Amino acid sequence: MSVAEAHAEAARGFIDVRNIGVTFGRDENEVVAVKEVSINVQPGEFVSLIGPSGCGKSTLLSIVAGFVKPTKGAALLDGKKITKPGSDRGVVFQQYSLFPWLSVRKNVEFGLKMAGVDQNKRLTTARSLLDLAGLLSFENHYPDQLSGGMKQRIGIVRALATSPQVLLMDEPFGALDTQTRVVMQEILTNIWQQFRISVLFITHDIEESIFLSDRIYVMTARPGRIKAEIKVPLPRPRTPEMTDTPEFMNLVQELKGLIREESLAAMAPEIKDRGLSGFGMKVGPKGVGELY
Amino acid sequence: MSNMARAKVVAIPIPTGQIDPERILESTMTSTPEKPQAPVTEGQAAPAPVAAEPEVVPTLSFRTVARSLFKHITRDRIISFLLGCISISALFLVWYLGTKYRFEFYIRFKNVPTPAEVFNQLTQVGLSNKYLVNIAISVKRILTGFFIAIAIAVPLGLLIGKYERVRDLFMPCVEILRPIPAIAWVPMSIMLWPNNEAAIVFITFIGAFFPILLNTIHGVHSLDGVLVRAGRCLGANEAQLFWNVILPGSLPHIFTGLAVGMGVAWVSLIAAEMISGQFGVGYFTWEAYSLVDYPAIMLGMITIGVLGLACSGVIRMVGVLLMPWLAYAPGGRR
Repeated sequence: MSVAEAHAEAARGFIDVRNIGVTFGRDENEVVAVKEVSINVQPGEFVSLIGPSGCGKSTLLSIVAGFVKPTKGAALLDGKKITKPGSDRGVVFQQYSLFPWLSVRKNVEFGLKMAGVDQNKRLTTARSLLDLAGLLSFENHYPDQLSGGMKQRIGIVRALATSPQVLLMDEPFGALDTQTRVVMQEILTNIWQQFRISVLFITHDIEESIFLSDRIYVMTARPGRIKAEIKVPLPRPRTPEMTDTPEFMNLVQELKGLIREESLAAMAPEIKDRGLSGFGMKVGPKGVGELY
Repeated sequence: MSNMARAKVVAIPIPTGQIDPERILESTMTSTPEKPQAPVTEGQAAPAPVAAEPEVVPTLSFRTVARSLFKHITRDRIISFLLGCISISALFLVWYLGTKYRFEFYIRFKNVPTPAEVFNQLTQVGLSNKYLVNIAISVKRILTGFFIAIAIAVPLGLLIGKYERVRDLFMPCVEILRPIPAIAWVPMSIMLWPNNEAAIVFITFIGAFFPILLNTIHGVHSLDGVLVRAGRCLGANEAQLFWNVILPGSLPHIFTGLAVGMGVAWVSLIAAEMISGQFGVGYFTWEAYSLVDYPAIMLGMITIGVLGLACSGVIRMVGVLLMPWLAYAPGGRR
């Protein structure tokens, strides 16, 4: 199935973030975390948000999830303003967020239980989702009995259980080791292709963002703005072999350049303070490192 | 460049388009270093279709029961049990030797009854109606005060922990009343309540209340915020959040509060009974002192110790039953 077809079929799940600004603190303590950011995720599209640490990408996701209210602008889902968290947006967190007191299956059932779905229906849905995650045989285990990769897979299917229109993922594989991560990315693309759900994915891993996404937004260092928007022309379905193609490599190089500038800018004050200006960077009056 | 190197390692074919759980299972099982922390039989992990588990009908025979009992007797448990016996015996030995040789060096064992005397007391007075009634009354008072304390302290603690405004409203009172020991409440309590019984239950309640309240608040505060956010995202409203996330998440701390609260409740109860009671184990012990009945004093003390032990044992057991997941928690019981 091509991406276009997926778009056509999944008519809902359109995220529209308009001129969002987020400011923390007041007066001299004021910190501008996000400044005039506009992004969108088309129905059924997989979009990544990438940028140096502290650039406000998680803040942006929190706004779409409904945890944080923007100081300026608005985030809309299918034309409706987002004001609070809800089960129409599945969220997968960076930290493991399974309820340790519930069995794996009960965790997946949680959202359905909150919605008042009857027990038989819950059981069937949870089991088919666990089967999809390859973890059906662990349904009666407690989360603390599982490895990190397993927990995150359950976190993903738990978020999907209530059939949300969008899936918001905040560096979900950040805590996993490299091998597990690679497998998780493939599992995620497969799940995404089955559900044809819009995904907003936050990461700082360049290869990960290219491998998974249709489109990538690159953010600047704080205050976070959109520096670039890059389309990933790689065909679907993606296979691990694609990561060796020159096309993929070129994208990696391009993104690396963009991110590196911003990472340097983000670290520049510290670099200046420590007198480390000899790393091929010019340190300007504001401490912003310029490349070579 | 490690990312580039990683990209080349990837070589796990995953079927495209339609997902194939079996293939995913294979690839994740064989190619990732994931291993569950607790023992999980590999055989179980075979790709299983939905709901294909055979129904195991449990058959009860003497053999299976005996086997399951023996399974729980591990080397580790035998050692803990033996050490426990040694510790109790040592206590009795000191008592026995001290009374036998009338040990006298600053502390005086001269008037302390021997274990045998106390045992005689138990067989005579101990099984009398009066003694058992005293125990029953004390237990009734403890349970009444303790359950009222739970019923008020746990919901209040959850609300104080969750809402800053509720905290601002209640915490000043709590902070003023908390340092007043339950024993200091005795005169006030006698004035306040219409009868002695209610006064003693109130003092027991005061003793249990603050440890339970403070531990519940602490439980809510130490609950990982991501779990609350996850609950909200999954569509839980405020009431559902309390019942399904905040309460179970705080339960380990609540049980710490219950264990501490039960201890303080006993201390408070015995003090109250000694001062104003007409019945109860505390009264029994104090009466024995006024009647110069030394063996009965010891019997009363031992009774209090055993009852306290039994109560905290029950709390611990209920805790294990209600929170089976703690067995696997990092830094948990095992």
